[in-house]
Amino acid sequence: MERRAVYRNKVLPWLLIGPQLLLVLVFFYWPTSQALYWAFTLEQPWGGGNLWAGLDNFLYIFRDDRYWGTVLRSAFYALAATGLSMLVALTLASFVDRALKGTKLFQSVFIWPYAIAAPAAGVAFRFIFSPEAGLVGAINDIWPGIWDPATNGIHALAMVIVCHAWLGIGYNFVFFLAALQMIPRSINEAGAMDGARPFRRMLDLQLPLIAPTAFFLLIMNIISSFTDSFGLIDTMTEGGPIGQTEVMVYKIYVDGFKGLDYSGAAAQSIILMLLVIGLTFVQFKWVERRVHYN
Amino acid sequence: MAQITIKGVKKNYAKTPVIHGVDVNIEAGEFVVILGPSGCGKSTLLRMIAGLEEISEGEIAIGGTVVNKLEPRERGCAMVFQNYALYPHMTVRRNIGYALKVAKVPKAERDERVMKVAQSVSLEPFLDRRPGELSGGQRQRVAMARAMVREPKVFLFDEPFSNLDAKLRVAMRSEVRRLHRDLGVTSVFVTHDQIEAMTLADKLIIMNAGRVEQIGRPTEVYNNPASRFVADFIGSPAMNLFEGEFDAEGHFVHGAGGRMNVSQLNGVRQPGRKVVLGVRPEGVRRTGADAHGAIPAVVDYVEELGASRLIHADANGSRIVALDNDSAELKSGTPVHLSLADSALHLFSLEDGRRISH
Repeated sequence: MERRAVYRNKVLPWLLIGPQLLLVLVFFYWPTSQALYWAFTLEQPWGGGNLWAGLDNFLYIFRDDRYWGTVLRSAFYALAATGLSMLVALTLASFVDRALKGTKLFQSVFIWPYAIAAPAAGVAFRFIFSPEAGLVGAINDIWPGIWDPATNGIHALAMVIVCHAWLGIGYNFVFFLAALQMIPRSINEAGAMDGARPFRRMLDLQLPLIAPTAFFLLIMNIISSFTDSFGLIDTMTEGGPIGQTEVMVYKIYVDGFKGLDYSGAAAQSIILMLLVIGLTFVQFKWVERRVHYN
Repeated sequence: MAQITIKGVKKNYAKTPVIHGVDVNIEAGEFVVILGPSGCGKSTLLRMIAGLEEISEGEIAIGGTVVNKLEPRERGCAMVFQNYALYPHMTVRRNIGYALKVAKVPKAERDERVMKVAQSVSLEPFLDRRPGELSGGQRQRVAMARAMVREPKVFLFDEPFSNLDAKLRVAMRSEVRRLHRDLGVTSVFVTHDQIEAMTLADKLIIMNAGRVEQIGRPTEVYNNPASRFVADFIGSPAMNLFEGEFDAEGHFVHGAGGRMNVSQLNGVRQPGRKVVLGVRPEGVRRTGADAHGAIPAVVDYVEELGASRLIHADANGSRIVALDNDSAELKSGTPVHLSLADSALHLFSLEDGRRISH
């Protein structure tokens, strides 16, 4: 039986949810409703009235090949960054879970990257990956020209994806480690007695048991890679070279603030929002079915 | 079936020794119970046999092969864990069959063997359920089936019944006995429950603080405890133990100057020798005041057991418990006389707790 709290005082419950409600209204619903309004109008860059445009903003975007390019790039970015980040985090977490030396230290060290703001990390990585002077640039001394994110779009995209993945590893690691440590030791031992080697136990016993956590992380990572990539891309590549690292969220910024096409940018952000909502819905509908909650 | 030889085995965690050198021989097909209070190292010893815990020093051999460096899967042991350790995301069928799947046994043979084992522990109706949908007793049986299906050389049981209620425990006990009779596999069973130990064991190993106190058949251990610890640990109600010494006339002096006539202990009654005298409650009887060697005592309280009762009394400053079949009311403070049965006396050195034979 579920117990419900009943308030005799009619004002108190509103006061309690008030602060949260205010935050959500001011920072989410208000901007979103504004974007929604702009998406259906033609907004003047310097203010002073607008025209009702109906679906024209959306139709214009959908007819634009360059826009579909950014959608595909965003999808690739999301899959690659999420996959890389979760895989590395899971590997690190399972090492730490096996109580190798220094576990206590790594538990705290691995979370640090999460505390770094994306633009700060972006600047740092710009130096690390810089082809002329950076750490990675050193391989240009051996094979000149092999690493060139400034003109090679594939290099540039790979660089941004690696940085995005790196930023998320700490967050994923902590969740994976917590989930792995929730599994009773004896289950792993029973697997060992049943003859399974460590990697087999990982696949057959640990992975299914941490599936709820992995599912949660999948959703969080996918959402984050669609929406949080702006800071990195802006500091590292500014969408270049020639738009080859331009993902959906960055194009919104470029069209809106550089191109002063508020209405087009608003329409794009509505599409991005619907896409993220849709993806999350699909994941709950299809992936969660395969997740076994205890 | 395999013989297990444990030679000079020690275990240290970091620098702290927890097992100080254990030597045990377990014959092929024997049912051995390791009994001891919690923290005595019995589970650690079992886990060293299983390969889940490294052996710091010494040697363990199973079926003639030294297994110190072998992985658990190479040792041919199957283990039943205290908390069952079933795989929660697998059905009972897959739980039982997992070891066979890992060993790449073909599916048809796997199904057949799982079915056979499930039948032997009456689990067929539950094969498609998950462990979460089973009762404690059923989970326990799945854990046993999972161990049996591999047809191991050795069964290891790590306090497998401690999560079950008293009634189920008795039922599982006879189940384990029956399985051992049918399969004849060498079994090592760890428990802190002495009734479990006494009823199951062919051979009993009593451990205390990382050392083996005594190895023997259950009746042997009960009748001839090798040390004060074993005497105190085995038997319920516990043995009466009196610290004291012999006086010039050969009487045993204890407590606040109480004297007991223990003429049957001839030969070991050196005056001044400090000893512990042990006698089980069933060796203490009420007797008349004029009987030879009667010990005067005052009743403290009486514990009714139904068929009999335990009289807790004070004999000159020493607490004494007697088993009594009389049903006449005995009030606290009533004076009684007790006598010690001749054959029932045990004597231990006060210094090191070892048995003094007489």
